[in-house]
Amino acid sequence: MSSTSILLWSVLPYLAIGSFVIGLVWRYRFDKFSWTTRSSQIYEGKLLSFAGPMFHLGLFAVIGGHIVGLLVPQSFTELIGLSQEAYHFGAVTMGGAAGFATVIGIFLLIYRRRTTATVFAATTKNDKTMYVFLVATLLAGCSATLSSAGVIGDEHNYRETVAPWVRSILLLHPDGTLMQSTPLAFRIHAAIAMSLFIIWPFTRLVHALSAPVGYIFRPSLIYRTRDNESTTGNRKARPGWERIKY
Amino acid sequence: MKVMAQMGMVMNLDKCIGCHTCSVTCKQAWTNRSGLEYAWFNNVETRPGQGYPRRYEDQEKAKGGWVRNRRGRIHLKGGSKARRLLSIFSNPRMLNIKDYYEPWTYEYDNLISAPLGQQTPVARPKSLLTGKPMKIEWSANWDDDLGGGPSNIEKDPILQKLSEDVTTKVKLAFEETFMFYLPRICEHCLNPACVAACPSGAMYKRAEDGIVLVDQQQCRGWRMCISACPYKKVYFNHKTGKAEKCTMCYPRLEIGMPTVCSETCVGRLRYLGLFLYDADKVLEAASIEDEKALYQAQLDLLLDPNDPEVLAAARAEGIPEDWLLAAQNSPVYKLAKVYKIALPLHPEYRTMPMVWYVPPLSPIVDVLTETGHDGEEAGNLFGAINALRVPLAYLAELFSAGDIEVVENTLRKLSAMRSYMRDINLGREPRPEIPEAVGMTQESIYEMYRLLAIAKYEDRYVIPAAHSEQARELENMGCSLDGVDMGEKFGGPFGQASGNPVPVTIENFHIMRDRQSK
Repeated sequence: MSSTSILLWSVLPYLAIGSFVIGLVWRYRFDKFSWTTRSSQIYEGKLLSFAGPMFHLGLFAVIGGHIVGLLVPQSFTELIGLSQEAYHFGAVTMGGAAGFATVIGIFLLIYRRRTTATVFAATTKNDKTMYVFLVATLLAGCSATLSSAGVIGDEHNYRETVAPWVRSILLLHPDGTLMQSTPLAFRIHAAIAMSLFIIWPFTRLVHALSAPVGYIFRPSLIYRTRDNESTTGNRKARPGWERIKY
Repeated sequence: MKVMAQMGMVMNLDKCIGCHTCSVTCKQAWTNRSGLEYAWFNNVETRPGQGYPRRYEDQEKAKGGWVRNRRGRIHLKGGSKARRLLSIFSNPRMLNIKDYYEPWTYEYDNLISAPLGQQTPVARPKSLLTGKPMKIEWSANWDDDLGGGPSNIEKDPILQKLSEDVTTKVKLAFEETFMFYLPRICEHCLNPACVAACPSGAMYKRAEDGIVLVDQQQCRGWRMCISACPYKKVYFNHKTGKAEKCTMCYPRLEIGMPTVCSETCVGRLRYLGLFLYDADKVLEAASIEDEKALYQAQLDLLLDPNDPEVLAAARAEGIPEDWLLAAQNSPVYKLAKVYKIALPLHPEYRTMPMVWYVPPLSPIVDVLTETGHDGEEAGNLFGAINALRVPLAYLAELFSAGDIEVVENTLRKLSAMRSYMRDINLGREPRPEIPEAVGMTQESIYEMYRLLAIAKYEDRYVIPAAHSEQARELENMGCSLDGVDMGEKFGGPFGQASGNPVPVTIENFHIMRDRQSK
């Protein structure tokens, strides 16, 4: 295995996980104020009304497909009587549809961002960089889907290569050789996705981690006492800088 | 019974001259920042008119406030929690910046940097959103003083709601139509729709004084509060991506100072004070079927601060003694509950708003005077209130869910006060039958007159300081007019920089400046 391969498939994954986790903790502790969707709906709502849900809901399906495809071993699906052919057919059609919706959605969103003067003026360099990585990940992912279906090159069963590799990473026993035999599209997709995870905590993408599921379960009205508020917002004072309690 | 304290405000609309000083000082204090250029935590709108943001009272569009379902329970008009979460990627009720107005500045620099030419250089308007030249088409007060005429005014949702013939009447006699000003801030509701709509749980009601606030650290910009507030008093900071709203100037209230809008009000028409209310009964009161009964239900929530039972329950909840005293002296309690002349704005939204309004009598007096009658004679006034159905129905739509009788009663009390006091001021024999006609005594009508017309500073603002050691220290600091040697007080043996950090207030800004010049 070449040193580039080791770097890409055995080192970069941990760099990505490290940057993602540490970056998120850092951002949450020290820059919670900027942790928002930075919604631009107040500027433009018509295009957003279908492009926004299309992209986000499509993405949910894509993420769900990734979780199932990468974390559930092929042996398990076969054990419950799901043949590889049936699984593959389902994954390609549903994944393809979801990926297609996501890509159309993000292109509509980028079109909206570029053509609406107000939205474009509110777009930062950080946003633009993030869009490059996000779109590249999505496009590479779509071509990998096509590749696994045999539309581009030979049909490829990623559940024998990419999925075990991801699990080997998570089990802290990286096996980079698994990635060497995969088609180029998969390798590009995996590499860009890892770089997306590296920059994630430093972009507006952090809002994905504050999906408000708890809202369903909480009471309608919230009361808070004044004593809970400190002069530094809700952040705890740094060690040694706690306020004096009278 | 769970007694809670609520800071409330009353505005006496009879005194509002529409000078916008409250709006301007509020803006200078709170929203003079990038991202909130378009936001006015306090605005003054001319009624009839579309208001700010435009047509905010049309709840069929933005779906603000609460509605009661067939099972007798209330839910947000915008739909269920699940539905709100599903529409999180694009809130279909969200307002567009054009509903407020596109903020702008002028290219002032062009006036001095333009090259020598034939024409005088001009400062063109430039959008603060795009930085490009723009055409100014609307602003927060575009229809100020009925500006824009019938074409603008007839889009007023309240006028549209009133029956067809009334609208025609107002339009036909447009030059003679009634007009008054409505200053608006956040209502700091007992049953706030914005708090219920916030997916992040960033919005909350302060348990001590009922002020509704947005936790800036916790807001994630899901923008559900913007549309859920029926008064459209939560604003989206388009630079930070977070919601912001009127804070009732809580840093000032905590040290016993009135809000900026109250303090700077030229007409001295604002009153600040405490209500004690029963928090256990709020939901029940907000769920009453008949919209016209909501005003009375809201009144019933307010507890009598002189009732020993209420006081005992309040003490059990830990409400401090000076707060109870403040509640007993509260001008807003007197105006809303004792005299019953202050009414909530749009009780039919079921949010139990805590900013109350004394409806204006002046338009009616003016019309009477113009027709050659004695505008302040009791008999004339009482008759006129009944005859002038248009303003009355309009006021009722604003303040009592359309119940004309409620508005009529308050206006009758106000006119009784004018007539009764005129006799006294002109040295004539006071007529006890005038207060009696409106169910008041000579004493109570005189007290009401003192509160409304004399309106001493200490009577208008009864604000107990917040109970924390820090706030007490701030209170002791006083202001530059105290005649205290500030050098001694602030300098001390260890100099300016030692000790607790001095909070930035207008007072110590001036103190610092004075020190610099010495």
